[in-house]
Amino acid sequence: MPAIASLLCGFIFGAGLVISHMVQTTKVLGFLDVLAIPSGGWDPTLVVVMAAGLLVTGIGYALIRPRQPIFAPRSQWPTASAIDRPLLAGAALFGIGWGLVGLCPGPAIADLATLSPGVIVFVVAMAVGMAAHDLWQPGADRPVEQKLATATDG
Amino acid sequence: MANFTPISAAIGGALIGLSAVLLMLFTGRIAGIAGITGGLFNPKTDDRMWRLAFIAGLIAAPLAAALLGHPVAMPEMPGSMIAIAVAGLLVGFGTRLGNGCTSGHGICGIARLSPRSIAATLVFMVAAMIVVALTRHGIGG
Repeated sequence: MPAIASLLCGFIFGAGLVISHMVQTTKVLGFLDVLAIPSGGWDPTLVVVMAAGLLVTGIGYALIRPRQPIFAPRSQWPTASAIDRPLLAGAALFGIGWGLVGLCPGPAIADLATLSPGVIVFVVAMAVGMAAHDLWQPGADRPVEQKLATATDG
Repeated sequence: MANFTPISAAIGGALIGLSAVLLMLFTGRIAGIAGITGGLFNPKTDDRMWRLAFIAGLIAAPLAAALLGHPVAMPEMPGSMIAIAVAGLLVGFGTRLGNGCTSGHGICGIARLSPRSIAATLVFMVAAMIVVALTRHGIGG
């Protein structure tokens, strides 16, 4: 059951990416191209996607926060709060890669369905980057509570 | 405001939010795609099933759109496969180091008003905007 629920959630997420056109790198790069604002060439679509996503998630999270999850013993809300160097360095590296191509992890994986050779190369490289990080910092020796606290911002 | 598509954006964004809320309600997990995917490559992970199921659903959505007569076009990609690979490596490593991506920090984290996620989102947005400014306007521009 948890796997079926998870499959459904993945599908809804993917449908959101497809309907909002966030699977298209041109839409994402059009938003990131803020220097095009004066000429009228800027595409604010991503702002609306985020705003709608935040509205629904914010209200939904607030409503279900006190509840236990249906298919798990407890919710794994992130508890880390420090704005530390790994967070900022990681975000900067991610942003550079995002700006180079216009793909972040969700759209990249959804776009595998198009069998685009470029997307396949991107996702393989992304997986290598993730695995390389976890080889370097496996986080294996941390106690479970701490692992929970730091592992699941997203 | 070239190519602005606010209505489909609002519907799509709301679905992304719905997915995040349902995933928390069902499995108690944050809908961060980098976190879900990255966990697959950590040898210590013992919960691969729900991760793989979520990813399968994510890929199934564009396939379903194609079956309904609205195939997703291949996204425009840079000509150089080396540039693509470098970008992929940066996205993979960076999202693991920074513990999240556009969904984990940008949606789920900001929706919780997490200062960490707000900071991370500002940093990756600004970094990406600088890269686009340089690639589209900076070089010989």
